[in-house]
Amino acid sequence: MNNTEELKNLCVQVRRDIVRMVHAVNSGHPGGSLGCVEYMIALYKSILKHDPNNFNMNGVNEDLFFLSNGHISPVFYSVLARSGYFPVEELITFRKLNSRLQGHPTTHEGLPGVRIASGSLGQGMSVSIGAALAKKLNNDKGVIFSLHGDGELQEGQIWEAAIYAAANCVDNYIATIDYNGRQIDGDVENVLSLGNLKSKFEAFGWTVFENENGNEIEQVIATLTLAKSFLGKGKPIVIIMKTEMGMGVDYMMGTHKWHGSAPNDEQLVSALAQLPSSLKDY
Amino acid sequence: MKKYSYTEKKDTRSGFGAGLLELGKSNDQVVALCADLTGSLKMDAFEKEFPNRFFQIGIAEANMMGIAAGLTIGGKIPFTGTFANFSTGRVYDQIRQSIAYSNKNVKICASHAGLTLGEDGATHQILEDIGLMKMLPHMVVINPCDYNQTKAATIAISKYIGPVYLRFGRPSVPNFTAPDQNFEIGKAILLNEGTDVTIIATGHLVWKAIEAAEQLAAKGISAEIINIHTIKPLDNLAVLKSIKKTKCVVTAEEHQMNGGLGDSIAQLLSREMPTPQEYVAVNDSFGESGTPDQLMTKYGLDTLDIISAAERVLKRKQK
Repeated sequence: MNNTEELKNLCVQVRRDIVRMVHAVNSGHPGGSLGCVEYMIALYKSILKHDPNNFNMNGVNEDLFFLSNGHISPVFYSVLARSGYFPVEELITFRKLNSRLQGHPTTHEGLPGVRIASGSLGQGMSVSIGAALAKKLNNDKGVIFSLHGDGELQEGQIWEAAIYAAANCVDNYIATIDYNGRQIDGDVENVLSLGNLKSKFEAFGWTVFENENGNEIEQVIATLTLAKSFLGKGKPIVIIMKTEMGMGVDYMMGTHKWHGSAPNDEQLVSALAQLPSSLKDY
Repeated sequence: MKKYSYTEKKDTRSGFGAGLLELGKSNDQVVALCADLTGSLKMDAFEKEFPNRFFQIGIAEANMMGIAAGLTIGGKIPFTGTFANFSTGRVYDQIRQSIAYSNKNVKICASHAGLTLGEDGATHQILEDIGLMKMLPHMVVINPCDYNQTKAATIAISKYIGPVYLRFGRPSVPNFTAPDQNFEIGKAILLNEGTDVTIIATGHLVWKAIEAAEQLAAKGISAEIINIHTIKPLDNLAVLKSIKKTKCVVTAEEHQMNGGLGDSIAQLLSREMPTPQEYVAVNDSFGESGTPDQLMTKYGLDTLDIISAAERVLKRKQK
């Protein structure tokens, strides 16, 4: 649909959107947002069967995406807008009073593209499984995708959902873990180590794919495409996708400190200088 | 005093099970989820008849609420079933974010509410669930009084679009309402017209309110009885109309005094018509093991407690 060069340009533009959005309101979560740009662009521009111009809640015969780690709303909103769900100009309202672009995504204000509220972590896998079961009941061939933080896997509900999905052969579902190794208080390894995540999911009965560079868009598309070829084989699928928190802005990389902090004016200038505009800023 | 009678006692949870089975037949969008309490919730008939629309979730209530929210995306009408304790407090954040804030069409059906769960004791006897659920924006809260009303409520909530909390219980109680009643969400039911005191009751306390009113009538006190099956949205007009006439009120519920039906009534009256009110409810205490009858007596939720509350509030009115 889109050639790789176009997608890479779009990724640069989405990164500009993210840092500008969080800078404008001096709040929000740039780190994880920047790290998941390639995944979100790969999904919305290359993988998903969806209809941005005719959003409806049930999404019959469409593929559906659920963002479980709702704090990376900046990348979600930018990609939704740049996929045509709502005007790109609306990004300027992010986190402001009376906006549809709440700090964490919600259906409450009727923003097209959002099907569940998220922010309180650990709930999106259960919701995705429910949507996948509804598709099966409806004989709908659409696929469910979800994204989760690695720190989020510390929530117990994730593992309730993981047991359920395998035991009940929820095989129209591909979850992805943003494996950036960082969370608010520091490295995941130090806060609460996840141990061998691949073995854990395999032991829970999932088909597991690992993606060594979730910030290379060709690799992300390749992994998602490979994962799709395993749909309908009786097992839920998870992609453990290594990313760099803060990717694209040098001073935000290699640290957990930009999980939930916004750049100041000077830092914004520095960030944008590293992200030469390819499209048009909102 | 209008005469009420019944031919048998039945548990309200069986009313839920019967209503759910009927819904299974009449609406193929209705699906049911249960967290390892299918027999206790009387969901086994639905499971047997509609295995493809029944989801055994296992002992994982948080996951159940999330899956229910997801099932609505695709047009399903999910009914979740577990004990009231595990339907509310255990999963409050899941309900708040994935169901209430997301405004999903999930019906949270909760059995074994209150003290009448009995011998299992306080860990399972939730007395805070009405308060928890009525505080959530978008949430409708319903607590029917007998088998027939619970069955009718179960069917009625399938036709309402939005999240609902339906509360019922384990013990057999007089089944006195009409078998094919039309259940209207948010509509109070005037059971008896009276002039001296209004008794507003919900759930298992409704029959006790009728018994109390009969004994009050024998003492020459005329009690008006209102069955509030829907605590939220509250039928403000019906409540105000009655209390405008009687000028005092007793509220009766199998719930904490804090946050229950009585508080909803008090809030309304404080704004519109400050009026003497007495509560029949549990006073800031956990329950304990015992038979349902023993517990209702010990914790002050019996017919005699309603009578003495009515006499107290009448005295306050006369001052």
